Amino acid sequence: MARRSSSGLTDKVEINMTPMIDVVFQLMSFFMCTLKVVSPEGDFDIRMPIAAAAAAAPDDQQVPPVRVKLSAAPDGSLAAIAMNGTPVADFDELRKRIIGLVGADSGPNSLAEKTEVEFDADYALKYANVVKAITAVSGKVENGQVVELIRKIKFTPPKKG
Amino acid sequence: MAKRNGGPSNTEIDMTPMIDMTFQLITFFMFVMNFSEAEQDDRIQLPSSQLAKPAEGVIEKPITLQLTNAGSVIYAGELVAVRDIGAYLEREKTVMIDENREPNSATIIVRADGRAQTGEVQDIIRICQEKGFERFALRAQYDDRR
Repeated sequence: MARRSSSGLTDKVEINMTPMIDVVFQLMSFFMCTLKVVSPEGDFDIRMPIAAAAAAAPDDQQVPPVRVKLSAAPDGSLAAIAMNGTPVADFDELRKRIIGLVGADSGPNSLAEKTEVEFDADYALKYANVVKAITAVSGKVENGQVVELIRKIKFTPPKKG
Repeated sequence: MAKRNGGPSNTEIDMTPMIDMTFQLITFFMFVMNFSEAEQDDRIQLPSSQLAKPAEGVIEKPITLQLTNAGSVIYAGELVAVRDIGAYLEREKTVMIDENREPNSATIIVRADGRAQTGEVQDIIRICQEKGFERFALRAQYDDRR
């Protein structure tokens, strides 16, 4: 103790920061080079066997599918929406019509669970419109919570031209 | 020089700040980094959807097909024409059968560009169906705007 206090002034050693800075910069440059910012992505799950349309046997429990027609303008943008042959103004109205058809209940054995939506989209329609339509029929966000509607979704076979 | 060789001023450097900082950096980047093997190509501009919330579970051994704006499919890093993906899927199917897995148990992740033609997405789905695949996950970017 005596020795330390007597040499307190003369033995003041500065810490060499070089190794720390080296390591920190190396780490930072490594991570900055390898870092890939990933935006969150999610899926719409669809089960669509090839023979579903042909093999679908008539069933008393079966609810007739809702047919949503998405027509494309020459530039691929959305020209018109129709649900079971009736024109629909936009995707919000499509969602309202779906809720009006199947109700807000989406629990087990509910009408929403049994109902299937078949999308008939023009070949040249931009795919983003189909995703908007799937979003409109498959649920809505209320107070930050997702309320599910129809989960059974299928597409008509592609028709080119 | 005389002082350095003297011996009593031989001081150990305090490594604590360096270790602290290093660990903090590593922790930060580990949280930020994506360690999943998700195939994400920058050429694809996914359509966005409020309902496309990230799945909680992990899809086991999915097959990812990415459709570009120009109508080509990116499969395993290669650009392939839509009509040619059947051969690649056939190969996938053979591997699955060798592993005693049914093709209908596999999920095809379709990452299609929002500007691509819907018909091309449907063509991809049809080709997959013809090869015995029936589970599809249409991928979209999660949009949390209210």
